[in-house]
Amino acid sequence: MYSIGIDSGSATTKGVLYDGEKIIDKVIVPTGANPRRAMEAIYDKLYRENAYTVTTGYGRALLKVADKQVTEITCHGKGAAFLDNQISAIIDIGGQDSKVILLDRDKNIKDFLMNDKCAAGTGRFLEVIMRLLQEDLCDFDDYVSGASGTKISSMCAVFAESEVVSLLAQDVSGPSVAMGIIESISQRTANFAKKLPIDGKVFFSGGLAQIESIRKTMEKELGLEMTTHEDAQFAGAIGAAVIGYQHMSRK
Amino acid sequence: MTIRKDLPSIFDDFSEARRNGFMAAKNFKETDRPMIGTFCTFMPQEIPLAIGAATVSLCATSDETIEAAEKDLPRNLCPLIKSSYGFGKTDKCPFFYFSDLVVGETTCDGKRKMFEMMGEFKPVHVMQLPQGPDQQHAHLVWKDEIILLKETIEKQFNVTITEEQIKETISIKNRERKALKEFYELGKLNPPAISGMDILKVLYGSTFKFEKEDTINELTELTARVKEEYVAGKKLESKPRILVTGCPIGGVTDKLVKAIEDNGGVVVFYENCMGAKAIEDLVDESNEDVYDALAEKYLKIGCSCMSPNKARFEMLGRAIDEFQVDAVVEAVLQACHTYAIETATVKDFVNNKKNKPYISVETDYSTSDIGQLNTRMAAFIEML
Repeated sequence: MYSIGIDSGSATTKGVLYDGEKIIDKVIVPTGANPRRAMEAIYDKLYRENAYTVTTGYGRALLKVADKQVTEITCHGKGAAFLDNQISAIIDIGGQDSKVILLDRDKNIKDFLMNDKCAAGTGRFLEVIMRLLQEDLCDFDDYVSGASGTKISSMCAVFAESEVVSLLAQDVSGPSVAMGIIESISQRTANFAKKLPIDGKVFFSGGLAQIESIRKTMEKELGLEMTTHEDAQFAGAIGAAVIGYQHMSRK
Repeated sequence: MTIRKDLPSIFDDFSEARRNGFMAAKNFKETDRPMIGTFCTFMPQEIPLAIGAATVSLCATSDETIEAAEKDLPRNLCPLIKSSYGFGKTDKCPFFYFSDLVVGETTCDGKRKMFEMMGEFKPVHVMQLPQGPDQQHAHLVWKDEIILLKETIEKQFNVTITEEQIKETISIKNRERKALKEFYELGKLNPPAISGMDILKVLYGSTFKFEKEDTINELTELTARVKEEYVAGKKLESKPRILVTGCPIGGVTDKLVKAIEDNGGVVVFYENCMGAKAIEDLVDESNEDVYDALAEKYLKIGCSCMSPNKARFEMLGRAIDEFQVDAVVEAVLQACHTYAIETATVKDFVNNKKNKPYISVETDYSTSDIGQLNTRMAAFIEML
């Protein structure tokens, strides 16, 4: 018995194949302008006969052959708890939103918050600034190594971009600006997360979770231990597959 | 002052629903009776009803006139205020057009100042609402304001309002409240008899009916009919039972209720302005001083503008128990400070005193956040 989980995110589409115990295959593709095609490509690649398919994420309604749709909140919670069963909360900084999810003792979702009104607390913000600095996000840790952050005071991603332009004109270094942006995103996310009674070990997911300097800054701002996993980006897809497998077993 | 009856050409391209409302308003005006527009449940309808007037809610429900309003008003203002002002300014709302007098009230700073501007193109009377309901002087001030409203109406329409007439309208309004209450108490049935969307349609639609006796009869018949069919076996599937609270959201409530009910929940109780908030308590008919009785009833409305706002929490607590509510959803309009701040207290009350899940969502009059609302509501209901 197999289940497939597909997470259609704003930047990338992720898919995993699950056999009830472990993830046996995973695929990631850019979502691009056609989220449906990205989901279909992943489905074709992971296809097994009679596999139960669950979709999640923004484009979750687009894959016609899917058996079930579940929101990214529930899938993220399940997926992160699958990757690390010691966690009690999840912070996800995605391409166009960020979310905080609290888990109960049984790793069910107890409460959540979602910020999708403001780009300044998301991965998109860093992406925009790195483009302005003409630096690649993949080398981020090396780029900011040893730099201390400049304070970015604008509350809005668009205004912050013009603030960065004037900081660079004052000869503030690129790495210092990049660190400033990270501190700004981290403060914003930590304040947002603290609206819920967050405690214990926190799982950090989303594209930014893989960057160590960002995780360290987040940890400092939040005052809690943060962990991640090399498959953290797949948390939503894994959660979808796990839910699908449970659903199939119950039948 | 003459009563306005003409049909301006601008109404011609109105949607069917609005045209029906328009025709009803026009027919009403043909009977030579005044129409009083209101923005809030604090306005004691018993006073205008005493001269045979109709009262109609002018709280706008779409974002179509917000752009026009932003020519005069700041952008970062609650959409209810902007939209209502815009509908008045552009004459796109038939009810506003036909209102001979608009009665405003000082429930928030935005409305308070907006009414000053609205007074430039429409006869507006503003009631100064005291916001400390526990103080003795609040009661005296509000009673005085109700008498002032009576005097304004007497002067504008050249009539005298007697206490006997007010006693009569108190009795009519109480009967209407009881009929509405019996209707929304259908929400107690478990499994549900009707969807939250149907409850909403009736609660909302009843504010656009001008003949109270007809409304009371229709409501009573409708309630009896639903009960009959329920007994005969017409029941809906059991689903997580949701209580909706928060800002006055009029027509936009549709998108929230749809997001809840499309994603596996059912709304069983509305605590907001259009729902039980102002309907639940009756005016004391045994009080010989009608103004005293009205002041007492209206100051008990659990609006977030009140401080402390005990009435809201009493009603929430009671409704959660009596309607067997599984979870609470609160809608807050952008830039509505008092409701936005009070979400923290409501969350604490619902989570910790009633042990139920709670979520609040910020929204406006547009349809652009329907996808986000759906994701939030679906995730919230998956959690239950």
